[in-house]
Amino acid sequence: MGSARREPVVSTFFLGVTVFIALLFVASLYRIVTGPTVFDRAIGVGLMGTNAILVLVLIGFLYNRIEMFVDLALAYGMLNFIGVVALAKYFERKQESE
Amino acid sequence: MVVVAVIFLVAGAVFLLVSCVGLLRLPDFYTRAHAVGKAETLGSMLILLGLAVYNGVALSSLKLLLVLFIIALTNPTATHALTRAAMRSGLKIWRAEGK
Repeated sequence: MGSARREPVVSTFFLGVTVFIALLFVASLYRIVTGPTVFDRAIGVGLMGTNAILVLVLIGFLYNRIEMFVDLALAYGMLNFIGVVALAKYFERKQESE
Repeated sequence: MVVVAVIFLVAGAVFLLVSCVGLLRLPDFYTRAHAVGKAETLGSMLILLGLAVYNGVALSSLKLLLVLFIIALTNPTATHALTRAAMRSGLKIWRAEGK
């Protein structure tokens, strides 16, 4: 199958992409900390969750355990979506009741 | 196959960088949602497609495509729900100076 061969050059490239995406976490973290409204913070959380899925899948390739990590990424994607939609519903309802 | 996967991964990383720069630099929530909702979805889809191409024909490639499908379905939906909540709660839309 495809997971039999791993060239070291490609593995280094995957490590580079993983570090690049991990550095992009700083951008969404900055927006979460200093976002003017709560919606800015929520969209920063959503962006961070999507980047976390990609980092999970890439870590699976780095450790040759992709069969396990892709399931984790699947579950994390669904949880991320539910969390962001729940945040949106909560703040929408909160403003209406005031 | 490896060359195709590398091309997909680099293109996806570029789109992720664009979405993060948009999240940092754009002036208000709606423009930030515009940057994140589209560039982020396309970038993550390209990266997952590249990884599935690199992995070859296997069950985990099918699961990678399933993750891609879920991201394509849920990421714009979440952005739309957030933007609708912001619109209904009365967040002002940013205008350029002098307009």
